[in-house]
Amino acid sequence: MSFKLNGKQVDVLVEPRELLIHSLREKLQHTGPHIGCETSHCGACTVDLNGMSVKSCTVLTVQCQDAEVLTIEGFEQGGALHALQEGFTQEHGLQCGYCTPGMITRAYRLLKENPKPSEEEIRYWMAGNLCRCTGYQNIVKAVQYAAKKLSPASA
Amino acid sequence: MIPREFEYHAPRSLPEAIALLKQYGDDAKPLAGGHSLLPMMKMRFAEPAHLVDLGRLPELKGIREVGNALHIGAMTTENELIWSPLVQKKCPLLVEGARLIADPQVRYKGTIGGDIAHGDPANDHPALMLALGASFVLKGSGGERVVPADGFFLGTYSTALKPGEILTEIRVPVPAAGTGWCYAKLKRKTGDFATAAAAVLLRMKGETVQEVSIALTNAGATALKARKAEDSLRGKALNDTAMAEAARLVMTICEPTADQRGDVEYKTAMTGEMTHRALRAARARATH
Repeated sequence: MSFKLNGKQVDVLVEPRELLIHSLREKLQHTGPHIGCETSHCGACTVDLNGMSVKSCTVLTVQCQDAEVLTIEGFEQGGALHALQEGFTQEHGLQCGYCTPGMITRAYRLLKENPKPSEEEIRYWMAGNLCRCTGYQNIVKAVQYAAKKLSPASA
Repeated sequence: MIPREFEYHAPRSLPEAIALLKQYGDDAKPLAGGHSLLPMMKMRFAEPAHLVDLGRLPELKGIREVGNALHIGAMTTENELIWSPLVQKKCPLLVEGARLIADPQVRYKGTIGGDIAHGDPANDHPALMLALGASFVLKGSGGERVVPADGFFLGTYSTALKPGEILTEIRVPVPAAGTGWCYAKLKRKTGDFATAAAAVLLRMKGETVQEVSIALTNAGATALKARKAEDSLRGKALNDTAMAEAARLVMTICEPTADQRGDVEYKTAMTGEMTHRALRAARARATH
């Protein structure tokens, strides 16, 4: 299979039954997306696939021919953290950090679709990602921080 | 969790997909959004030898208004339904239902056609389709047929789809202007299936019920149309007594399966309660 991973063309040889999360972690050495529940509930394996947030434990790699895939490894640019990474740091949006790559990748697509989400919208559209540490308050704040930083008015 | 070995096919046209399904017969399964089938394959509850991916067929995408109906391509995702200005305007019940399905990531992949064709009474579209009086376009090597939603669902994971047939389009009659609607769903958490849910469409004439449609999710082996409850309301004033009687009649047809979401008695009571709430909300939204 050939697809774009964080802007770079990659090729990977897979069996049809191989799930995207395993190709990313075990063959392409992208261990940012995590394996949490393996049953498409927790969102730790969330990646951006052709402009959609998807759970990479429930996508076959063979479905990704010619796709564009974005993982947490693609967020930092030239040594500078993405606004979402900065937001999660500044607002203490994580404790153990296991859910964070999925949270940030999901929030990235949410802010692309809705640059100024209300708190309610953030909670509704982030509901596919579970965090067992933070109680979500600071995750919401981190997304709000990034939304503010990314808005044209603050530039 | 890894599925059992299978061969993967990615047809580029509908005739090619139909030919593949015919060729491999019972050994093949069509793959839509994959958020029911792939989890079942990972658990080894499903072990198809051939997977025919419908994801690259442009014929199965898109939402069009044709006459007084919406024609929805079977591979339209839940998020596409939610974000469609046409569906928002013409059929808000479908948007309300789709918003309560699974979670955001699943809604990017999960499709209306897959949700229906899977035949799971816990899925939400079957009851929505029954309430809306929708019909389904089924295509196979023998041609095309259009079947009503009412009668399509035969049992758990069993539908009127014949081997080799593909559900290609969902046709939803646009409810008349002024129709009230509600999909009331009780679930333990985001992403869970319904403990109980009821879909209601309601047309009022003054304080009297002119037409009403009620369908239930996860209350039996298939989604259920609550005909007796509907009959009890037509031509009547929609007061609390009438709604309570309709909820009672709904409960008489419930045969839910006990599981971690509750026992039979609880789920039956909750189906009555969801019906009551859906009727109340639909009444508030209907033009009187």
